[in-house]
Amino acid sequence: MSSTAPFIQLVNLRRTYASGDVAVHAVRDVSLTIERGDFVAIMGSSGSGKSTLMNTLGCLDRPSSGEYLLDDVHVAGLDRPALAHLRNQRLGFVFQSFNLLPRTSALENVELPLLYRTPLVPAATRRARARDALTRVGLANRLDHHPSQLSGGQQQRIAIARALVTQPDLILADEPTGNLDTRTSIEIMALFQELNDAGITLVMVTHEPDIAAFCRRILVMRDGRIVSDTQPPRRRIARDELATPTQTSEMEPTETTHTQLP
Amino acid sequence: MNLLAQLAPARLWLTIGVAFRALRRNSLRSALTALGIIIGVSSVVAMVAIGNGAQASITAKVAALGQNLLTVFSGPRRTGGVNSGLGSASTLTIADADALQREIPGIAAVSPEVTTAAQLVANGRNWSSTVAGESPEYLAIRNWKLTAGSMFTERDVRSAARVAVIGSKAAHELFGPINPVGMNVRVRNIPFVIIGLLESKGAGVGGQNQDDRILIPYTTAMRRLTGDRYLRSINLQVRDAAAIESVQQQVTLLLRQRHRLPPDQEDDFNIFNQKDVAATVDSVTSVIKLLLGSVSGISLVVGGIGIMNIMLVSVTERTREIGLRIAVGAQPAAIRLQFLLEAVALSLSGGLVGVILGIVISQLIGRVSGFVVAISPESIALAFGVSFAIGAFFGFYPARRAAALDPIEALRYE
Repeated sequence: MSSTAPFIQLVNLRRTYASGDVAVHAVRDVSLTIERGDFVAIMGSSGSGKSTLMNTLGCLDRPSSGEYLLDDVHVAGLDRPALAHLRNQRLGFVFQSFNLLPRTSALENVELPLLYRTPLVPAATRRARARDALTRVGLANRLDHHPSQLSGGQQQRIAIARALVTQPDLILADEPTGNLDTRTSIEIMALFQELNDAGITLVMVTHEPDIAAFCRRILVMRDGRIVSDTQPPRRRIARDELATPTQTSEMEPTETTHTQLP
Repeated sequence: MNLLAQLAPARLWLTIGVAFRALRRNSLRSALTALGIIIGVSSVVAMVAIGNGAQASITAKVAALGQNLLTVFSGPRRTGGVNSGLGSASTLTIADADALQREIPGIAAVSPEVTTAAQLVANGRNWSSTVAGESPEYLAIRNWKLTAGSMFTERDVRSAARVAVIGSKAAHELFGPINPVGMNVRVRNIPFVIIGLLESKGAGVGGQNQDDRILIPYTTAMRRLTGDRYLRSINLQVRDAAAIESVQQQVTLLLRQRHRLPPDQEDDFNIFNQKDVAATVDSVTSVIKLLLGSVSGISLVVGGIGIMNIMLVSVTERTREIGLRIAVGAQPAAIRLQFLLEAVALSLSGGLVGVILGIVISQLIGRVSGFVVAISPESIALAFGVSFAIGAFFGFYPARRAAALDPIEALRYE
């Protein structure tokens, strides 16, 4: 599993869509290396190609040309079932709109990825690992709650627990704080920084510079290309900010717009 | 990674659990979807039960005609292309009946028969009924019993005695609840003594009331009522059921010989075989059963299409859920299996409830209408099998669509 090669390596990656008769170049010639343990923010306006890049990194999409090496695995050459297997074994996903199953307990929501694991995970192990993951995100006392009974921040924590339960090497978060208020956003970022400190590599799409400042590295995309690759001038540490209550106006996590799967 | 791997028992069991949880999340919609199958299956079970009951009761009526019965009617089936009624021409005589009894060893009993309609007068009332001239063997041949009194004897036949055995319907019309045995009845103004009362037999194969009749010795009927020397028919009881066909041939040969019919002439009599009637009746009731079954079969197919509809709606509505499942690593085959199992679970549970409901409905119909109902295990097994097949068939397409979804598009779906 471990080698001298970088954890993630993109070489001349291109992704072209056919939109009607016009070919849309969503990602053009991106070459990128991400080391194990990094915490990368991808920024850019809509249409800049950040989502496409994210989907490719997440093994949900295959590049039109170029190479994607994930821990020495040539992702570009894999078929759908093999990609599904790879996602299940190595990756965790966090979405802007949480995407939790409605009328389903937090525990069952978190168990979901383990249902599709090969070899099979026994039910008792699934339960135990889901409980551990929920404990890790601070929801040990909400195991049987349904998403509708929880606040947006709590729902996103369930989603993060769902990403954690497979013990992934890489977590991909697509605007994870987009539906959350400032205070809750910082809480979620605190959780991400904690996971990153524990060795998990994170890649996050965001359009908020404030949120990107919690990462170790910020990529900015424009027209399908990476136009800047920098470290935040002053990295924010979420735990410290939460410890000083004056910095944030809202103390209580408030209910925000959040979506559930129908 | 293919469907086969998904069918490993533990994996299959897991997917069944996933499918059931998904159905439970939408329990109202699941119940409404299953309703189509419930109606289809319950109507199949109920209709087949009613059809079977009708068939059984008609078959019982045919059997009640008597055991191993052959009836020879006088007159050809058709005369010069015109189909005439049975017994319309006069060709059979008492001598024919005696000859059959004497010369064909396969025949156990012979009962010559003449019938006529006549007005009965007794007890200050009158009633128009069928007068049947019979021999004493008639009751044994027709498997008929008396509730009171006794049958007339061979001696009564020889002396053309004015004795009668009365059917329960005629007796009721004339005497009400009074036991008619020993009473007098006037048949076309000729006085008879009632010596026996027939057991009620209900409607016959043709629907006529068999209890509305009075039996007298055939000799009496011919001499005193019809004044005719010809018989309407001869009832024959064959000794051995297996020999019915050969006895029928022997009867044909003997009668043709006795009537001196040249080889190119048609029979001037007609043999009615109970087995033929049973076969005809059976084919008619089978058609009815098929009709009932196929009408309810159609409703089953409609129910199946309902399942497909709902599953397609469900796939669309749950696009993001499917996208999520695929994103977290569900194999396309696992998604396909889950949706297939959801459809099969819906149709099978609909089938189960439908079978129970069908049994209840057919029992209710049986109780209210008095129809005989016979629930057949085959129809239950069939309904189950068909509902499984419907679930699998109509679930296949939506399941394939679900598995083919692109996770990126699916997760973005609003």
